[in-house]
Amino acid sequence: MIKLSINGTEFSIDSDPKTPLLWVLRDELQLTGTKFSCGIGICGACTVHLDGRAIRSCITPVELVDGKSIRTIEGLKDQLPELQEAWLKYNVPQCGFCQPGQLMSASALLLKNAAPKDKDIRDQMSGNLCRCGTYPRIEKAIKYAIDLRQEGKEEQQEKTEA
Amino acid sequence: MKRRFFIKNMGMASAGLVLACNGDLPSRTFLDIEPGHFVPNLFIDLSTDGKLVLTCSRSEMGQGIRTALTSVIADEMGADWKYVEVKQAPGDDGYGNQNTDGSRSIRTIYKPMREMGAVARFMLISAAAKQWNVDASSCRTESHHVINKENGEKLFFGNLVEEAVKEEIPSEVQLRDKKDFKYVGGELPSIDVPDFASGKSKYGLDIKVPGMKYACLQRPPVTFSEFDSYDDTKAKAIPGVEQVIPLRRVEKPFGPLGGIAVVASNSYAAIEGKKALEVQWVKAENDAYSTESFMSGLEEEVGRKGKLIKKEGNVERSFASSEKIVEATYNLPHLVHAPMEPPCATALVSEDGCEVWAPVQAPQVTREEIANLLEIDLEKVTVNVTFLGGGFGRKSKPDFVLEAVQLSAELGKPVQVIWTREDDIKHSYYHANSSQYLKAGIDQEGNVQAWLHRTAYPSITSTFMPGVKHGAGFEFQQGMTNLPYDIPNLRFENGQAEAHVRIGWLRSVYNIIHGFSINVFCDELAAASNMDALAHRLQMIGSDRIYPSDNAHGLDTARMKRVLNAVGKLSDWETKLDEGKGRGLAVHFSFYSYVASVVEVDMRAERLTLKKVSTVVDCGTVINKNSVKAQMEGAAIFGLSLALYGKITAENGVVEQSNFHDYPLLRFHEKPEIEVEILANEALPTGVGEPGVPVIAPALVNAVYDATGKRYRSLPLADQIEV
Repeated sequence: MIKLSINGTEFSIDSDPKTPLLWVLRDELQLTGTKFSCGIGICGACTVHLDGRAIRSCITPVELVDGKSIRTIEGLKDQLPELQEAWLKYNVPQCGFCQPGQLMSASALLLKNAAPKDKDIRDQMSGNLCRCGTYPRIEKAIKYAIDLRQEGKEEQQEKTEA
Repeated sequence: MKRRFFIKNMGMASAGLVLACNGDLPSRTFLDIEPGHFVPNLFIDLSTDGKLVLTCSRSEMGQGIRTALTSVIADEMGADWKYVEVKQAPGDDGYGNQNTDGSRSIRTIYKPMREMGAVARFMLISAAAKQWNVDASSCRTESHHVINKENGEKLFFGNLVEEAVKEEIPSEVQLRDKKDFKYVGGELPSIDVPDFASGKSKYGLDIKVPGMKYACLQRPPVTFSEFDSYDDTKAKAIPGVEQVIPLRRVEKPFGPLGGIAVVASNSYAAIEGKKALEVQWVKAENDAYSTESFMSGLEEEVGRKGKLIKKEGNVERSFASSEKIVEATYNLPHLVHAPMEPPCATALVSEDGCEVWAPVQAPQVTREEIANLLEIDLEKVTVNVTFLGGGFGRKSKPDFVLEAVQLSAELGKPVQVIWTREDDIKHSYYHANSSQYLKAGIDQEGNVQAWLHRTAYPSITSTFMPGVKHGAGFEFQQGMTNLPYDIPNLRFENGQAEAHVRIGWLRSVYNIIHGFSINVFCDELAAASNMDALAHRLQMIGSDRIYPSDNAHGLDTARMKRVLNAVGKLSDWETKLDEGKGRGLAVHFSFYSYVASVVEVDMRAERLTLKKVSTVVDCGTVINKNSVKAQMEGAAIFGLSLALYGKITAENGVVEQSNFHDYPLLRFHEKPEIEVEILANEALPTGVGEPGVPVIAPALVNAVYDATGKRYRSLPLADQIEV
């Protein structure tokens, strides 16, 4: 039995330990927001967080994440709602298929670095392909989310000070 | 109790609206309607609480069609968007033609959708007018209410449901004045974004049917080869693998290729099982296909006289008296769609018939093919259309759905067929590789007096009629023979080419080929005449005139010049760039829309850096500015991907690429700045999904020339310069 915490809920999995996390999420747990596209870890559609870090679930055997904490797109809103809000503001998705992966990559960056530079954004997001070509909007949305979080923090601070 | 309505009496047919929708009579002759619902036609379902469920008949693959088409209905009704939910139509003739390709959804059903909405508005107004005892002409609709124009009294749409259902369906309706539209022409966000951004939307593989098995196939590596024998020992040793089933090829344009299927209890086992199969394939006719030698053959073919397609005047005589002759040959490789979601489908075949769930661009074609395959009535086949994780033409061909149907029929269980990325790259319907020769004769004033364009490429027709050796009329019309330049002597020829892989349509189709050669060649002509490329192009177009077409959308040269002039302004064409930087332009008319783009590059670091793409589009009446802009941005990225990296090659009949490492797409860090301008006007709405693509590659090549003086006449560029 492999134990996983996914979006804060504990699961016991009896899949073949070599099974990539992607297929455990999709086939066993019906968490279908995480997508299959290249199967070799180079397109980013399957991105999830492992202890807050972005990983490619299509090449991560589930046995490697035994006892670890995983977050998927289904659990993103509890953690970083600003990012999804920004995605809506800029109407980022076209077909939408790669967007869960884009959001999970972007959120991993924002969670570890509240004020990433352009280069940080480029480095982080160059691993996620989008065939529809939504990159310019993804960039705008990430920057907007950074501002939103900053404003949120300032408001929080003002409240505390008051 | 449900009420059964004979659709013919519901206005769909009697009002001529079904026909207006370009469809036959609905095959679902009866519509069951729950009490408390006003359903004046197949597209509209209004409930007493005001909820308005609007049906989208076309597939959503990123073009925003679910929002665009339903916003047209909502606006024509006078509905409030906050009450709207969108339902995806299954494949059914009742919805009119559902093929989502050719950039034609808005062009062909904008008006029918307005009529559907107008019927509902008419009936809601009639119902309200009766309650108020006034004439219908003194009522209007706005924000989900019928309003009495005389005293401002209002009735909520939901409260009119019970009375509206009793109203007679009008045989004719008046469309509202476009100035009353609240959503059409604006920037309504896509209704699906919240679900897209939270992982809730259901794509092909997200469908789960109880008792479902997962399957993955090894298909013949050489097109139309078949298996000789296979050893499944290793495959069957994989935990979760349950069965191995050989499948026959169906010899039809959209028929499955056949192969060996591994059926498993989970996706991973199916994929691993497929990899573990050891299959011997028979020798096949296409074994000898080598794209390298094939391309040489195409180039030789355009070096000699081809089949005459069209001519005006006499090019030979004009060449003989020309001041200057310019000639060039352009070679382009095969391409593949590579949507982020590979093909996939889920099917359940039972005694009752067949139900499938799949990301298909052509649900009616899919339905017919299934009925033919299983030899059952069309009525017994249900095709549910999921979201498409990109389509680009690949998902118009339902071969992958038929595989799931074959397997479910064999197993008597629901089956989901997974294509891996490798399957997608290696077994597609490829964009044709091509060679083109262009020759122009220029007089002393720099005017082009003669133009010869010779092409050779495998035709899409070969997929439907094996053995075809020439291009088809619809292919020549994609930017070759409908040349918008004022040249007295013209000659168009097409050489021979046979297909050795399945050839299909890919976003903008042969416009990619013709748009490339013509726009690069025009740039070469401008250079040969020492003229500015923009001024030269405007001169080539010449006077205002309209080239007729077989429909209401002729090619209007005034509109073509307008997008060119606008892109000049948008891109600061007149401003000089530093040494080592360059700008290139291209303009193309496709899917009845006009698009001009300028690409700006920086070549100073001895490598290509994309700086900016400026695109101007005239697609007539704009339904949704946001999605038009998004499509132009996306087309720029798509065009840059194909220009820099797009190349499918084959050796010994086998496609050599397999995944995104050897079929790369443009990545985030490579993207240029993209600016889009829409020249909105009152002309009929025309294509948006594809017309932004053909201009990008030639504009890029022209920009590289501007920066370096080096002319590249083949793609992809990354094979020739550092990127």
